[in-house]
Amino acid sequence: MLEKALSGSNRYWVWIFFLLAVAGMGCLAYWKQLNEGLGITGLSRDVSWGLYIGQFTFLVGVAASAVMLVIPYYLHDFKKFGKIVILGEFLAVSAVIMCVLFIMADMGQPMRVANILLHPTPGSIVFWDVVVLNGYLLLNLIIGWTTLGADRKGVRPPDWVKPLIYLSIPWAVSIHTVTAFLYAGIPGRHFWLTAVMAARFLASAFAGGPALLIILALLVRKFSKFDPGTEAIQAIGKIVTYAMFANVFLLGLEFFTAFYSNIPGHMHPFHYLYVGMDGYTKMVPLMWLSSILAVVSLAILVFPHLRRNESILAFACIALFSSLWIDKGFGLIIGGFVPNMFEGITEYWPTMLETLITAGVWAIGFLILTVLYKVAIAVREEDAAVEH
Amino acid sequence: MSMNRRQFLKLATVSTILGAGSATAINSLSRGNLEASQVSPDPKALKAKRWGFVVDVSKLTTDEDYQKCIDACHNIHNVPSHKEPRHEVKWIWKDTYEHTFPNVAEDKIMNRELQEKNFLLFCNHCANPACVRVCPTQATFKRKSDGLVMQDMHRCIGCRFCMAACPFGARSFNYVDPRKDNAIKVENKEFPTRMIGVVEKCTACYERLAIGEQPKCAEESNGAIVFGDLEDPNSEVRKLIAEKYTIRRKPELGTQPGIYYVIGGGEHA
Repeated sequence: MLEKALSGSNRYWVWIFFLLAVAGMGCLAYWKQLNEGLGITGLSRDVSWGLYIGQFTFLVGVAASAVMLVIPYYLHDFKKFGKIVILGEFLAVSAVIMCVLFIMADMGQPMRVANILLHPTPGSIVFWDVVVLNGYLLLNLIIGWTTLGADRKGVRPPDWVKPLIYLSIPWAVSIHTVTAFLYAGIPGRHFWLTAVMAARFLASAFAGGPALLIILALLVRKFSKFDPGTEAIQAIGKIVTYAMFANVFLLGLEFFTAFYSNIPGHMHPFHYLYVGMDGYTKMVPLMWLSSILAVVSLAILVFPHLRRNESILAFACIALFSSLWIDKGFGLIIGGFVPNMFEGITEYWPTMLETLITAGVWAIGFLILTVLYKVAIAVREEDAAVEH
Repeated sequence: MSMNRRQFLKLATVSTILGAGSATAINSLSRGNLEASQVSPDPKALKAKRWGFVVDVSKLTTDEDYQKCIDACHNIHNVPSHKEPRHEVKWIWKDTYEHTFPNVAEDKIMNRELQEKNFLLFCNHCANPACVRVCPTQATFKRKSDGLVMQDMHRCIGCRFCMAACPFGARSFNYVDPRKDNAIKVENKEFPTRMIGVVEKCTACYERLAIGEQPKCAEESNGAIVFGDLEDPNSEVRKLIAEKYTIRRKPELGTQPGIYYVIGGGEHA
C-alpha cells in the first residue's frame, strides 16, 4: 500500500520537500548537540528538563487520544466513526514516533539508550514508559495497516485484529498514566506531586488530540476527495468540549489545593508561572495566553450552534490545541523545576538550536503522518470510486 | 519445501524476533552467576553498615573554612569549573540557611546568626534514595555493603531523571565537555574525568575509603565534618547525634538523608 505515497500532486510534493527541509535543519542542529552536548540548549543544573520532555509529554497525550475514536466505533458500534478511525490510529503512530525522537533528543548519551533494556529496572517508571509506548506504537501500526488493507480489498478485517483493538483501549490509557507517573511520584517537586496528575493528563489528552484530529480531518476534506464525515467531526467536537471542561476543572482543583492549604511550596510554582516571582516573569505571558485561549475555545465549543459552523469549530480547535500545547508541552515541566530544590529561581528558555531540533522532530512526525494519511486517503478514494 | 517471498519474509521476521528475544532472556537469567574479578580488598579499607556524616557548622567560621573543603573535593575528583552558571558541576558547595532548609525557613523573626549562617551541602547518601528509585539503568545505585549512593558514569544514559528526583539538588549533569576549555585546571590522574552527557555527584570518596582514608572533605574540615557508621551505636557520628541537637534536610520526604547538621553556637544549643 505504501506505493500510494509515491504519487501525488505538485502540492503534495512541495509539502513533502518542505517537511524534509525542516527535518534536515533539525538533523544538522542535532548533529551539533550530539557533538557538543546538551549545553547548546537552555537547560541548566536547576531546570534539567525543558522543551524536549515537554513535547514528549504532550505528544503521548495526542497518541493516547486515538482511543476516543476507537471506543465509540468498536465498543459502541458508532458507525459514523468508521471512516475517520484510521486517521486517529495513524495520528497515534506518528505521535508515538515523535515521542521516541524527543526522548532520544533529550538523552545525554543517546547511544547508550539500549541500557534501559539491557538492565531492565521494573522499579523505574521510565522502563515501563518504554515498554508501553513501543507496545502502543506496534498495536496501532498493526491495527491501522491491517484494517486499511482489508478495506482496500473490500473484505472484513481478519478476526485476530479484534482482540488487538480491544487491547489498544486500556493500552492507550496506560501510556498516559505511566507518563504522568514519571512526574507524580517524585518527592520534593510540589507542582508535580499530585494524585490528579494522571487524570489531568488524560483529560487534556482527550481534548487536545481530538482537536488536532478535527483540524486534520477538515484539511483532508479540503485537499482530497475523501470526506471523513461531517457528523463524525461534530461528534469529535462534542468529545473535545467535554474533555476540555474536565481538564480545566482538574486544573482548578490544583489551584484550590495549593492556595487554600496556603502551603508555600505548593503555591510557589503557580506564583512563578502566572504572576512571576522575585522579578522573574519569563513564563507569565505564555501561561496567560494559554489561559485566555482555553477560555475562548470553551466559550465557543460550549454552544452547539457555534460548534456546528466548521470554520468556527476549526478556530476553537486551534485555540484549544495551542492552549494545551503551552500548558502541557512547556509550563508543566518548567513549573516542576522553578523554584528549584533550594527555593531559588533559575529561569529557562529554549535556545535557537533547541527550537530547530524541536521543529525537526515535528517535521519528521508530520512527514510520517502525511505518508500514512496519503495511503489511507488513496484507499478511501478508491473505495469511493468503486461505490459510485 | 517451497515458499514464496512473502512466506520467507514472514518466517525470517519471526525467527529474528525469537532469536533476539531468547538471547536476551538467557542473558538476563544467567546474570548474577558471574562475578566481576576483583583484587583482594585492602585490609586497611574502611567499612561500615551505613556511612553517614555529621556536619558541625559552628566549626566553620570563615569563608576559607568552607572553600578548603570544596576545593579539596573538586580538585581530587576532577570536577570541572565552567564559566556559564547553567553548566555548573558541583559535588559539595556552600549555601545559606534559607536555601538549605527551605521548608522551615519561612520565619522572618528567627535568630539572626542562624539566618546568616552558611552550610556545606553535598549528597545525603539517603537510605531511601529517590534518585536510585527512578534511574532506568541502575547507573545510580545504593551500594549493598555500606549504603553509599553510587554513580556509574559509564552506564548513565543522561536522562536526568535522578536530577528531577533528588530533593537536595545534589546532582550535576555534564552539559558541556568537562575535558575541554581548561575546565579541569590540574587533572588528578588517579581519578577518572567524565564525558559529556552523564550525571555525576559526591560518592563519599569511595576510592579513598577503599585504601583506609577518610573522605577528603572530612579530612580538610578541621573536625567540622565527621564521617562514620550510622548503624554503629559506638561510632563517633552516633555519639555526636546522641549528644547534640541535629537537623537533616527535608526529613519529611522520607528519603532518610544521611547528613546530620549541628548548628551549635548559643548557650541553649
